[in-house]
Order: sequence, then C-alpha cells, then structure tokens
Amino acid sequence: MNYEAVIGLEVHVQIRTNSKVFSRVAAGYGQPENTLTDPVILALPGALPVMNKAALDAIIKAGLLLGCDIAPICKWDRKNYFYPDSPKNYQISQYDQPMCLGGAVEIELPGAARNVMGEHKKIPLTRIHLEEDVGKLNHFAADSLVDYNRAGTPLMEIVSEPAMHTADEAFAYLTSLRATMIYGGISDCDMEKGQLRCDANISIRPVGQKELGVKVELKNLNSISYVRDGIAHEIKRQTAVLESGGTLVQETRDYDGQTGLSQSLRSKEMAHDYRYFPDPDLMPVKVDEVWKARLRGECPELPFAKQRRLIESYAVPYTITSVLVWDRALADFFEAAAKLSGKAQAVGNWIVNDLLRELGAAKLTLAAAKVTPAHIAGLVALIDAGTLLPNAAKEVFIEMFATGEQPGAVMERKGLKAVPVDTGELEQWCRDAIAANPKSLADFKAGKESALNGFKGSVMKAAKGKADPKRVDETLRKLLAAM
Amino acid sequence: MAVDLFFKSIAELAALLEAKTLSSTELTSALIARKSAVEGRVKAFNSSDDADALAQAAASDARRAAGQARGPLDGIPVGLKDVISVSGQPLTASSKMLANFVSPYDATVTVNLKRAGAVVWGRLNCDEFAMGSSTENSAFGPTANPWDLTRVPGGSSGGSAAALAAGEVIAALGSDTGGSIRQPAALCGVVGLKPTYGLVSRYGLVAFASSLDQIGPFARTVEDAALMLGAIAGHDPLDSTSFKAEIPDYRAGLKQRRPWRLGIPKEYFGAGLDPAVGAAVEKAIAFYKSQGCEIKEVSLPHTQYCLDTYYIIATAEASSNLARFDGIRYGHRAKGAKDVVDLYAQSRAEGFGAEVKRRIILGTYVLSSGYYDAYYLRAQKVRTLIRQDFLNAYREVDALLTPTSPMPAFKLGEKSDPLALYLCDIYTIGVNLAGLPALSVPCGFTPGGLPIGLQLIGQPFREADLLAMAHTYEQAHDWHTRHPQL
Repeated sequence: MNYEAVIGLEVHVQIRTNSKVFSRVAAGYGQPENTLTDPVILALPGALPVMNKAALDAIIKAGLLLGCDIAPICKWDRKNYFYPDSPKNYQISQYDQPMCLGGAVEIELPGAARNVMGEHKKIPLTRIHLEEDVGKLNHFAADSLVDYNRAGTPLMEIVSEPAMHTADEAFAYLTSLRATMIYGGISDCDMEKGQLRCDANISIRPVGQKELGVKVELKNLNSISYVRDGIAHEIKRQTAVLESGGTLVQETRDYDGQTGLSQSLRSKEMAHDYRYFPDPDLMPVKVDEVWKARLRGECPELPFAKQRRLIESYAVPYTITSVLVWDRALADFFEAAAKLSGKAQAVGNWIVNDLLRELGAAKLTLAAAKVTPAHIAGLVALIDAGTLLPNAAKEVFIEMFATGEQPGAVMERKGLKAVPVDTGELEQWCRDAIAANPKSLADFKAGKESALNGFKGSVMKAAKGKADPKRVDETLRKLLAAM
Repeated sequence: MAVDLFFKSIAELAALLEAKTLSSTELTSALIARKSAVEGRVKAFNSSDDADALAQAAASDARRAAGQARGPLDGIPVGLKDVISVSGQPLTASSKMLANFVSPYDATVTVNLKRAGAVVWGRLNCDEFAMGSSTENSAFGPTANPWDLTRVPGGSSGGSAAALAAGEVIAALGSDTGGSIRQPAALCGVVGLKPTYGLVSRYGLVAFASSLDQIGPFARTVEDAALMLGAIAGHDPLDSTSFKAEIPDYRAGLKQRRPWRLGIPKEYFGAGLDPAVGAAVEKAIAFYKSQGCEIKEVSLPHTQYCLDTYYIIATAEASSNLARFDGIRYGHRAKGAKDVVDLYAQSRAEGFGAEVKRRIILGTYVLSSGYYDAYYLRAQKVRTLIRQDFLNAYREVDALLTPTSPMPAFKLGEKSDPLALYLCDIYTIGVNLAGLPALSVPCGFTPGGLPIGLQLIGQPFREADLLAMAHTYEQAHDWHTRHPQL
C-alpha cells in the first residue's frame, strides 16, 4: 500500500525586543543566571504585568507579512499549569482570540537541477499568537536549578495547517518562514540560541484516504536540517510499523539529530486542563487601521517577491538570485552594486562566488566587511575595459577585501594593470614564438590543437604575463592560419 | 478634655507640625508608646519596625526644619495592611506561606505615601491573603475590636481598622475586594474608602482577585480620607488597569454642598439587617432629607446574584493568582518532598490556611474545562447586569445610601460557618463587582456601644462627591470624636 504523510509544524519564534513582553527588564541571551529578572519576572507577590508595545508591533508585522487577518483587539488569557520554569505557574498567552488568523508561507521545493527554479507552493497557517517564554531548568546530580533569564521573553507561536506532505516541504517551510522573520526584523531566528524552535506533528495515511492517521509529535528538532531528517525518519518509521502489520500510538517522540533516531517521550496522557481565562491584570488593546497601516509601511519585500523582481529587472540567472535573496543585506548589496555598474550578472557572480567565499573564510558578516557595492562595480568596470585581466582581478579582489582599498588603487599598487599591448608588438611576439618552436608549428599543422599552448607560453613570457590571453589566442590563430 | 495626640486627625496634627509645636519624632514616639500600651490586647500589628519609623520621622523633621515640608502628610505615621509591599519590610499577607518573606520593592502606593512625607510604619494584620470578613483567618491570630475586645474588628483589613480605632496609627491603608475596607471601618467606627476600580494602582498589592481589588484609606475623619486618597490616587504605568484620571483636590472638594439626590436601594434593607443598624441608617437618611437632599427609593434587581457571582469570579482569579506560591522561588517550602509535584502539594498544604484552600479549590473548579461556561463566563455576564443596575440607578440619583454591614461587630469565633461569614459582605460586594467607589462613615452606635457604619456608593471616579456628602453628614454629628476606652 502507498502511504501519504501529513505534516503540521508548530514554530515558536522569540521576538527581538529590548525589554521583556510584560516587564521593563532587558531581554537577552547568555547573561549570568537570573540577572534578567525583576519582581514581575520572578512573580513576586504584588507584581503586575504591563504589555510591551514593541512585541505587539512585531506580531502584527509578522501577520501582515504572512497575509494573516489581524485581530481588531489584542486579548490576553492565562494558561494555568504548574511547572518550575513558569514563575507565576500560569503563562500569559492568547487562547480564543489569537492576534493573527489564516495567512500562508510561500515555499520553494527543490528544482530538477541546482540551476532550475523549483515548484512554489503556499502552506496555509492556522494562527499566530503571542505569549511569554518560560525559564530554563538545569538538572544536576542532586538538584535542579532554574534560570529565569529567558522567562518573559516575547514569543510567537506560529501554527501551520496539516498541509505538508514531505520532509522537503517542511524544510522549505522553515527556510522561508525564518527568512521572513529575519527580513521583517522580527527575530534573529538563531536556533542555537533557541530563538526559533520547532515541533512537528506527523501522521501517515493510505493515499486517497481523507481522515488523518494517528498523530506523532516530534520534539527537539534543533536545526532546520534536523527537522527535515527527523520528519523523513518518522515517516519511514510509521510506514514500517504499518507495513509490518503493527499499529501506531499517539505519542510524543524525541529526535536525536546526532544518531538520526527517535524515541518515545510519552504517550498521550490525559489531556491537560489549562483553565484558560482572560487575564484580569491586562486590558485588551485595540488595534486600529492607523496602527496596522503604520506597520504595513514597515513591511519589506519578501525573498520570493524579491527574487522574481531581480530576475525580471536585472536579467540575472536563477542561481545567482537563489543565493542572494535569502540574505536581505546581501540582496540589497547586490542591487546597489548592479545599479552602479550596469553589469548585473558580472556583479552578481563576484558577490555570490568571491565575496561570500572571502566572508566565510574571514568569518565576517557583510556589515563588517570593508568592501562596498562601489568596490564591486569598480572592479567589474576595470575588467570590462580590459584594464584588469581575470586572474589579476581575483588577486585585486582578495586584496581590496582585506584592506578596503579601491580596486584601481590595488591594481596600480601591485602592478597588476594589463599592459596595453599594441597590435604590432603583440604580432611580433607571436611571430617570434612561432619561429622559435618549429616542432610545435609542425604539430599544430598536423592538427594537434594543444601545440598552441607552447606558443602562448612564450608570448606570455615575452609580455611578462600581462597580455590578454584572449587576444594572444586570436593573434596566434590568425598568423598560423596564414602560414 | 484635651484629646490625646494619638486620637487626633491628620488635619489637626499637620497644623501642629506646621506650627512646630510638635515634631514627627514626638508624634511617632507617642504612637510607639501607645502601641506598647494597647497592642497586647488589640493585636492589630503583624510586625513593626520602630527604628525605621523613627528614622523616617527624623527625616521629616529635618525637611521641615529646612523649610522643605511636603504637605499635610509629612511626618504623619501611616500603617499598611500586610498585603501592601514596603521595600525591606516583611510582607506576609497574614499567611504561613509568606511568614519569612521580605519584599524587595515598594508598592506604588508606598512610593506615593513616602513621596508625600508620611512615616510608613507597621504591617497590619488581616485575613490570610485578604480572604475573610473578621481577621480571624490570619495565620498569626485574630485582631480584637478596640470597642469590645471579645469581638472581631471585621475584615479582611481588620488590623488597619483596629489599629486606627485604638490610636496606634493616625491613618492606614487597606485593600477592598468585597468590602474589606468598608466593613471593618464600620465595625471599628472609622472612615473607610474603597476607590473606583483603577483609581489607585494595585502594583505591589498581593493579589487576591485582580478585577476586584482596590487599595484605599482608613481615616478618623472624612477630611483625612480625602488627604490620604489624594496622596495615593493616580495613573501608574506599572498597573495596566490603572486609569488615566484627573485627580482633583479632594480636600478642597469637601466644601461642595448640593441638594444631592440620594437613592435608597430597597434590596439593601431586607431580612438579616440588624434593627439597630437599620435605625441608625434611617436617621442618616432623615438627616440628608433635612439638608434638602432628594431621597428616592431605587431598585438594584440583580442584587440577589451578587454573592454567587462574587464567589465565582473572586475565587477563579484567586486560584490563578495564588499559584505562584509554590515553594520554589520564595515563601514556605515543605521539607522532605519526593519530587516537584510533591513539593508543590506539601508546601501549599502546609503554607495555606483552610479558607484560602477552600477558595483555591472552588476557583479551580469553576474554571475547569466543561464548567467554565456554566460558572465563570455566566458570572461575568451577571456581573455586567449588576453594574448596569447601578448605572441605571445613577440616571435618577447621584449616589446610593445603604448600611455598610448588616450587623455590628460579632463575637470572635461566633461565625464558624464560612457561609454565615460570606453574608457579612452582602451590602459591599456589589460595589466591587460594579467597580464603583464607596465609603463607610460612622453613623452611630448600638445600644451595646458598638459602632455602626453608613455606606455611600458613588459614580465612577466621583470620589470627590462621595467625600463631600460624607463630610456634610460627619460635620453635623460627633460620632468621629468618640474613641474606645482601652
């Protein structure tokens, strides 16, 4: 029997704000334990929450970017449960009136080849709501200690419809969602810092069947690759169970990205009763059209829209855009350079090949690099004018990346400028080279194409390496043809 | 006969301080001495930091000497119910759960009082987590009524009312969730004001029921209540439910004299009303009539649902608000727990008293899946109807006039049935559900010499009117000049 997987993702994204969602204390990562706390975060007697407007701005912006319906009123509920990482033993969240409803994440599936654009799809969203993050438990031999630094960090829960069917779709969904959040300035989405966390609900069913199969929740998917691998593994596991005549149980499983295996954490217990009720400490907040319009004005062009525009406006190939558009700063850098240069494809190649390589080697971000769009445009202009030859240009790039000097200055300083050889001189060097290599001449006449390299070596030697190889090739062929 | 220093009003003492015939240090010392003399019988204090109070008094005297006195409250010792945070002082909520807890921060009202120069002194007893009407639910033992030490002072802010009546403080703050300022004020013969919900910040008040709690003053006179309210009222960015209201000069507003239209809600004069209380209130009604006020019978038809509605909403909120007392970060932690669930269960079993547990269980139940719609949601709808009753009445009248409590102070231990105690609040809880301001002003004594309180219920944020009405009554009577013999 053929089975089809049905996948829904629950993604938690920490919103990047200066202070926490219901207190004035700073939000942050990597600080000494329990230093990002105050009476509100520690739930001291008498402390009260006050909403951080920046967090509400961020979720509304996320909703606008993803095409959600934005609730006219931001309403807060208490989700009651006891756990030591939750200082109040209730979490302030949104229950029956999430801030965002509907919407979708546009994804691109892998294409037939690396240079071919893949199929695009829209994965519908159920809802996005705002809540507060909890603290962190640290377990030791005899004790467990709690660090409340993370508690109260604004957190969005983004819930997709069960509308994905492959691990690749889930991978593409997270890639796109992550880029959208980063583009919007909503979150840095660093999974290592827990700024983006993903749980996957996975079931399988015979192809053609309408009802969903038994759902398994996969947790601890610590990277986007682990999400893909974990889901692929879970689909295989479920299929194997059914094919061997077994039955699946509803459970939560823990995926270990190192071993590629999962194990059951718990089977579905009695459902929690969270005793949700509207938080009487927080007044509902009205979100009017003016508010939304302001945020709509701050919404950037998203990666896929940018990609379509770059291909159309700059006639750059898909392969270049598919590198550029996932990094908003890089895409902006490209556009600035392309506008200065007018040679978009050449500029694009330098950026996606050389610039990214050097950034990676130097472990630098684009913002920290000394190279500007003007550097790239200048470099391309020198090559285009024949002043700088390809090999020399590579050297100039590396140097200007390191020092921030303009490409012309590097070229001059290092003596890399192409020698402006006049045609008569070049022809003389070529004739000398042919005359000095009678054997090569005979070989060439006998149809041995490689014999040409011998002449080229001699010409370059005479030109001290600064002759344009293309012109040398043309001149030699012209002379040889006449012989 | 000269009035003892400790029975004087803020207004009188402020004049003495200003004239420099009295220092705050002398006044504070006099109160510390008074406390030593009577506290063994009244038991209004959970704790007090006398050295700290004297240091604050000295600072006040220094300000005054430098010509920088801050106003009528500067140098006046004010007691705080032990549910209001004072930085560096214990905050117990009269519970074993917080018996050793010291608050690291000031409540907004504390900040405001200190800014006005008041000497913030004493942690005053109350029912545990402000749950009760007699102060008998305190984990540290009951407070006695200064007028009859065998009787309760009312509650939950019984310590605040008793300390004031006994001359141990000049004014006090309490909190009122269902009558917890007004009822003890009535039973102890002092003025107690519950402000409009949102007028006074709740930041730093140990939460019982967030949508009902309000902090308010206890004072000897209506004028003092006006001074205290002026000091603590106002918008607070640390409390989302605090209202951006214009704060008038309440003391200046006392002079207003108008032929107010006063409503008498017929539902508040039915069975269960003590005859002496009823008679005193009738006399007060007659007084207002003699002053040219229009007296009109009105109806608040949903009054019969107040108690049920209150005990659903208040307990639901309390069950969630009190979840933070878990033995993890602070407060009572049981020894020898097997695991974290056991730690929660044992710490809470040991730390909370019976009434608190009863309300947590009730509140947890009414919020449970499958019961939410039938209880909590329905109660919220009824709450809207109750508020509407009041607003409808205010189309015809300026304020309502009722007894504060259906009975005068009862004997300690007399009401062992929780339901009998809940009935003490029938005239006060509607006000909290509707979010309205109300005050209790002394209006006489029973034949046995127990104080009786008159309740005036006003329109939202019209405290100035309520105070003027009460002031009119108070100035024509001498109830506030009588003090218990201790």
